[in-house]
Amino acid sequence: MTPTADVFVGPPIQWSSLSPMLILLGVAVVLLVAAALTPRWPRRTYALVAVGGALAAVVVAVCLWHGRGLSAWSGSADPTTGSSDPVRFLVGGAMRFDAFALWLTVIVGLAVALSVLVTDDYLEREGLSRLAPEIYALYLTAGLGAVVMGMANDLIVLFLGLEILSLSLYVLAASHRRRTQSQESALKYFILGGVASAVFLYGVALIYGASGSTNYTRALAAFVQNISPHRSEAMALAGVGLLLVGLGFKAAAVPFHMWAPDVYQGAPTPVTGFMASAAKAGAFAAMLRVLVVALPTWSADYRPIVWVMAVLTLVVGSVMAVAQTNVKRMLAFSSISHAGFLLVGVEAAIHDTTHAHPGDGVPSTMLYLLLYAVLVIGTFAVVTLVGRTGDGATDLAGFRGLARQRPVLAVAMTVLLVAQAGVPLTSGFVAKFGVITAAVGEHSYALAIIAMVAAVIAAYLYLRIMISMWVAEPDAADAGREPVGTPLLTSIVIAIAVAVTVVVGVAPGWLISLAQHVR
Amino acid sequence: MEHATVGFPILTMLVAVPAIGALLTAVVGRKRPEFVKLTALLSSVLTGALSIWLMAAFHAHDGGFQFVSKHPWIRTWGISWHLGVDGISLFLVVLTGVLFPLVIAGTDPHHDHRAYLAWLLLLEAGVMGSFIALDLFLFFAFFEIVLVPMYFLIAGWGYEQRVYAATKFFLFTMVGSAFMLVGIITTAVLGKAGPNGSVSFDLVDLANHASFAATTGRWLFFAFAVAFAVKIPLFPLHTWLPDAHTQAPTGGSVILAGVLLKMGTYGLLRFGVYLFPEAARWSRPLFLTLAVIGILWGAIAATMQSDLKRLVAYSSVAHLGFIVLGIFAITSQSATGAVMQNINHGISTGALFVLVGMIYERRHTRQISELRGIQSVAPVFAGVFTVVMLSSIGLPGLNGFVGEYLVLIGSFLTARWWVVVATAGVILAALYLLWAYQRVFHGPVDDANRGFAELRWREAAVLAPFVAIVVFTGIYPKPMLDRIEPSVKQFIAHVHDATGYVEPQPAGEGAP
Repeated sequence: MTPTADVFVGPPIQWSSLSPMLILLGVAVVLLVAAALTPRWPRRTYALVAVGGALAAVVVAVCLWHGRGLSAWSGSADPTTGSSDPVRFLVGGAMRFDAFALWLTVIVGLAVALSVLVTDDYLEREGLSRLAPEIYALYLTAGLGAVVMGMANDLIVLFLGLEILSLSLYVLAASHRRRTQSQESALKYFILGGVASAVFLYGVALIYGASGSTNYTRALAAFVQNISPHRSEAMALAGVGLLLVGLGFKAAAVPFHMWAPDVYQGAPTPVTGFMASAAKAGAFAAMLRVLVVALPTWSADYRPIVWVMAVLTLVVGSVMAVAQTNVKRMLAFSSISHAGFLLVGVEAAIHDTTHAHPGDGVPSTMLYLLLYAVLVIGTFAVVTLVGRTGDGATDLAGFRGLARQRPVLAVAMTVLLVAQAGVPLTSGFVAKFGVITAAVGEHSYALAIIAMVAAVIAAYLYLRIMISMWVAEPDAADAGREPVGTPLLTSIVIAIAVAVTVVVGVAPGWLISLAQHVR
Repeated sequence: MEHATVGFPILTMLVAVPAIGALLTAVVGRKRPEFVKLTALLSSVLTGALSIWLMAAFHAHDGGFQFVSKHPWIRTWGISWHLGVDGISLFLVVLTGVLFPLVIAGTDPHHDHRAYLAWLLLLEAGVMGSFIALDLFLFFAFFEIVLVPMYFLIAGWGYEQRVYAATKFFLFTMVGSAFMLVGIITTAVLGKAGPNGSVSFDLVDLANHASFAATTGRWLFFAFAVAFAVKIPLFPLHTWLPDAHTQAPTGGSVILAGVLLKMGTYGLLRFGVYLFPEAARWSRPLFLTLAVIGILWGAIAATMQSDLKRLVAYSSVAHLGFIVLGIFAITSQSATGAVMQNINHGISTGALFVLVGMIYERRHTRQISELRGIQSVAPVFAGVFTVVMLSSIGLPGLNGFVGEYLVLIGSFLTARWWVVVATAGVILAALYLLWAYQRVFHGPVDDANRGFAELRWREAAVLAPFVAIVVFTGIYPKPMLDRIEPSVKQFIAHVHDATGYVEPQPAGEGAP
């Protein structure tokens, strides 16, 4: 819209629909202000406030989910999608508000809450409790960034979300002040992430040049209307490519994954779990939105690229994981391999844009993100405990004898690893089954088979960790190691992760039906 | 015809009882270690009793699925909890029900009984489930879940190379499963066999309503067949088996040979050939050839082994070759023989592994060269070994003969030259087993073997049921055949309906 008078008229703002984000931001600000102005709060209070904020965002999102389609909130229905679930545009078309955005909010909110709980015990163990409020505030803002990425309906808004997320993560990665690896990983992440952001921004500029708008809806309309003219084709394609690079970097898709193992290994372990869950969720949500909603007219051009990226990510992630001896590095590559599975879902979602009847690409990818987030946070919570004071004992040897020392913890880790490997009756299998079904539904048989075979290679790495825990004989050096502690909050997180893994594995029906609304 | 049912969901119980038993064993054992074995034994005996009751209540001469229970599970994907047995799966269920209590009673792990028994019971639940599942998703879930307890049994309680063997077993099987999972999903998505053309994973719906283009069907069949070929194992995908068998603890080997391998042959019949009869007929030459190569290769490799357990493992490769031969000959006789051989191999090879386990416990070696003259110090032990060995060779009057004979007779009509070669495998079986027997049991006893203890009562009690089944089935197979044949006939009729295949009948005198 163009302002007609000298007075600038802002777009209408739908506060209720934005409330989950406002809650995340508000609690972050409260924490920062409180840390600066008030004396230290009692132990665990900061964590409880942060968790409360994240869960409040989840609860509000769930309420909004149930209120979808009601006239309680304003906005305009989207005429372009035939979905029964209406899409509403907020803030003058800059954001989309629909089931997809709410689903992402739930993933991110849960990831923030669980990560904060693990982090609280971690900070206490490492003697860093002084940093608690700032770190929790950063978790919340990172979560906010991830949600914005998924809700954006404008490339500039998406870029804002990306930067909010990334800047928070850079600081989080460096948050263990005494570990040089932590600093090193943050610096690496910052430099490479900065380059990726620049590339992404260049892509935004080219798309703007080709279509005349950064808004998804208007860009799509522009591409649809003059699809043939040679004026914009090269520019648009270059833009699409650069956007893919930027988003592929955040999603840790091969060949833009180089940062992931180093950063995952160096960052404080709870932060690693958060990167693998919330940051990944934001990146994939943004990728789905950009590719499926904004640029479907170019799908024939970028689908092969996504296909190749998916195959590379699957194969490189799985094969490289096997060659590692540090569990955090292994899980970093395993998370790359999971990104490959997510790309299988994305590839199916891209196919969906070419025909009227929507397939399962988007819902299955979003379901995967939810289940994987819980799984991976639980797994890294166990690694946090096994890492012991100093966060250093994360090589395979650190897991030796865990079954004898902490049998329940070993059983929990086994369940989580088996689920990551995709054994039936676990949530990991449900997630994999979903994306493979979506791929097969779009006739991507080769990709489905490559993905499953890659899963077998990756299974070897989970077996290695299990062997370390259950079978390997204790070494003389192990006697001197500090025993693995099981503090309360972390134990709760692991229990929740295991419970979700098993319950969803046995009775996934309700969750799958819910995910069907996510388009 | 009225299908047999009983007042409660007996098939669900067959899966639930061992699963709950596993949980109880794990929980009870933490506080009261003395009850571990009792809990495990009771749950497995209860499962066994249920399976025998199932056999008693089963209507002979009814070829359809009986005791069917079907409840929706994941509606969005058309997946249901669908269980049922027919003549093809009935005796596999009974075999599973009988073998597990014997293994739990008869073999002891060296350490950590609680975890060992819990894993065994979980394994039983998975195996039971895969034999009675009539939904592709459900079958796959059970088929895969079995890997986890078996992996831990081998890796935790096996011999020197156990971690290597367990990992190899896990990864080999999982590669096969990877193809099958994609195959299953594709079958369901393309088949659209549910009500109103929705996606359904139901075996019966898919077999009756789905039809695939010839090429599609062949691809799908191969996706299934790879998984089963690894599991069976079919040459050349068999290399995991000797390692897994040799390194597994005795109980693990018995279960592996007795029932786990049968998941492959059973799956091939129930899900491979049944869903894709056209593709199965088309690929007959390939599978017949692989089966025959397996028979010969297994036999020759077994002859060359110096390790008694490895020898028995390779003999499994040969025996399962006969089963695959019977399946792909596609006549009612050969398929009946294959189903029979499934059971008989489970009994006789299971018993052989128990006996080899006993030898190892006494002598702490499995090397044939270090054993000799045992017959003179332990004649009863040798006698039992002889009976079991002869059943494995396929001596008339013992159970091994019935299945092998039916397979060879039945296949001769449709796969004459393959049978001619396969028959050599029967002779080779006599060669490697008798030769091994001769080296281990005959000859003058040396000092090392002089102390070889005679069969104890507890061991005799474990072996008695094996020997009883071996002799009974060998002399009077009719009750089994009565229950197997109707289902096999119906199976062949299904192949006929789907592909127009006419089963050749044995030519009478004077026929052209």
